[in-house]
Amino acid sequence: MSTPTLGVWKFTSCDGCQLTLLDCEDELLALAGQVRIAQFLEASSAVVGGPYDVSLVEGSISTPDEAERIQRIRAESRVLVAIGACATAGGIQALRNFADVDEFRSVVYAAPQYIDTLATSTAISEHVDVDFELRGCPIDRHQLLEVLTAYLAGRKPDLPDTSVCTECKRRGLTCVMVAHGTPCLGPVTHAGCGALCPAYGRGCFGCFGPMTNPNVPALTAQLRVLGMAEDEVDRVFRTFTVSSFERER
Amino acid sequence: MSHRSRQLKVSSLARVEGEGALRVVVNDGTVERAELQIYEPPRFFEAFLRGRKYTEPPDITARICGICPVAYQTSACLAIEDACGVELDPAVADLRRLLYCGEWIQSHALHIYLLHAPDFLGYPDAIELAKDHRDVVERGLRLKKAGNALMELIGARAIHPINVRVGGFYRAPARAELQGLRPQLSQALRDALATVRMVSGFTFPDLELDHDLLAVRVPDRYAIESGDLHSTSGLSFAVGNFSEHVVERQVEHSTALHAALDNHLYLTGPLARYTLNRARLLPLARAAAVEAGLGVECRNPFRSIVVRAVEVVYALEEALRLLDAYVVPDRPYADVVPRPGVGHGVSEAPRGLLYHRYELDEDGLIRSAVIVPPTSQNQAAIEDDLRRVVGANLDLDDGRLTALCEQTIRNYDPCISCSAHFLDLTVEGR
Repeated sequence: MSTPTLGVWKFTSCDGCQLTLLDCEDELLALAGQVRIAQFLEASSAVVGGPYDVSLVEGSISTPDEAERIQRIRAESRVLVAIGACATAGGIQALRNFADVDEFRSVVYAAPQYIDTLATSTAISEHVDVDFELRGCPIDRHQLLEVLTAYLAGRKPDLPDTSVCTECKRRGLTCVMVAHGTPCLGPVTHAGCGALCPAYGRGCFGCFGPMTNPNVPALTAQLRVLGMAEDEVDRVFRTFTVSSFERER
Repeated sequence: MSHRSRQLKVSSLARVEGEGALRVVVNDGTVERAELQIYEPPRFFEAFLRGRKYTEPPDITARICGICPVAYQTSACLAIEDACGVELDPAVADLRRLLYCGEWIQSHALHIYLLHAPDFLGYPDAIELAKDHRDVVERGLRLKKAGNALMELIGARAIHPINVRVGGFYRAPARAELQGLRPQLSQALRDALATVRMVSGFTFPDLELDHDLLAVRVPDRYAIESGDLHSTSGLSFAVGNFSEHVVERQVEHSTALHAALDNHLYLTGPLARYTLNRARLLPLARAAAVEAGLGVECRNPFRSIVVRAVEVVYALEEALRLLDAYVVPDRPYADVVPRPGVGHGVSEAPRGLLYHRYELDEDGLIRSAVIVPPTSQNQAAIEDDLRRVVGANLDLDDGRLTALCEQTIRNYDPCISCSAHFLDLTVEGR
């Protein structure tokens, strides 16, 4: 069997999720022995043409050019994995989907006519078939390694789609909401971070997006009981995965 | 070879953070155009920050850049603390500096070993480099990991840390937790000194900048997480006056906005910091700089890799010092009560100055936000370098000259993801 090829692609994003691959300091060189990194512009000026066995796609689709480019990448990729909140939900830049993008443009740019952008920022799956979505803003390094290992071994990644609460309980942490009255999105947020925020005495702010079948209305009622005003509840759900949470509210 | 008319083009720059392109046009031996084109899509941070709560910018603006989130979090915190008239407990301020040291170590190690060194050593990337010099790449990864370890302990994760809040931190680490990092950081310091020795042996093309250099300065330390602004031309001003001195203007040849300092070209980042603050380095870093042949100033952008290596030594020395002096603060954060007004914050992101300004209303909601990232400030200087490098090397063939142009851009570790929400967009096919 020939060495499988890996492509890493960037769309509208902060580069943090692809950086996660370079943050695998202990595994990077071993990984490079198992796969041929055929396209990874952030890390290499060597570019090998497709097809690619596995493509990792970071970022959302927010320009006409990107909407075309993702089609070409899909066509060249055997397995396509969307990595991170931008690629799986449109990212924080999807706040424009709920606002007037022309007005946004004129606030930021002196000459807005030069800015070629779509009115929406959308997930990769709204444009092409996606084989797996890895959540997080940013993604978790261990989860990324599991995804790569799984596809290289020809199996599906084994990652839970439960809530942050399950990770929090497993770590034996004290519930910040019950014990301290701190508003926390853990009950509705997709697992994967390892309950980082509760471990630091902070309520989860939902950067992995909603879990599968979350009960957002029930949590919303609890957030109100804890004293959050309506506009605060709106803001807490409208961050890094605004599009996904808005669908669940 | 005829040099009558040449065009050099790289439509997707590699080993930089974000999406950029390079275009150079030479006619009759004259460089007509030298452009670093930014086609990273805009994300409109300044627009959607309006109406957000004063507590949110550290988390939200971190997402501008996955490589330097702490710089964004810090400048955002400073600006809001300034608007609300909050002073930090010195122990909390030191913890912020320690976290920032972690970011300098990981970002500089990433740039030196994975992005920039391959240029000097003739490899397309660090993976290929590792096939011949595995020990070198392993040292770089070890160094990077030490920076990340510091960020992971204080910030809970290295990319978009969750423990930073306006006024300080959600949780302060115990002294023993920080001391647990000592062996790793001590090893990293040895690796950093070896890095300075390695990079100082590289071959550097001749280029001397004469622009003004601008950096943050504090009296007693090499400035990282706060300070006043100083330039080599003798300018000196507080962060509150930043927008009176630094003005973005649209230039004819480019769709990008370029920043100017009192109407002249200037540069921020490692060269500026070293030249302005060298005397404030700690002993090991200062000795390493001397050993590496850096003088009282460094104005050759190709040597920025040496300055970065010296700054890694400094960041580790400083981290070990802060770690030993650490006392758990009484409270990990100061209470921040919002009030209407304007606040400014500036800090030294690994690649240069990062300025934030927020205006708050009486409810603590943001009325306006301005963010000036390092790469939009440095873009004019980068293009000026390109022009000069091309002009001085017209005898090279297109392939070698293009490679030299790319290396010239990488000298600045440009963070295009950061600048894109600020610079105008040129759409390029790729």
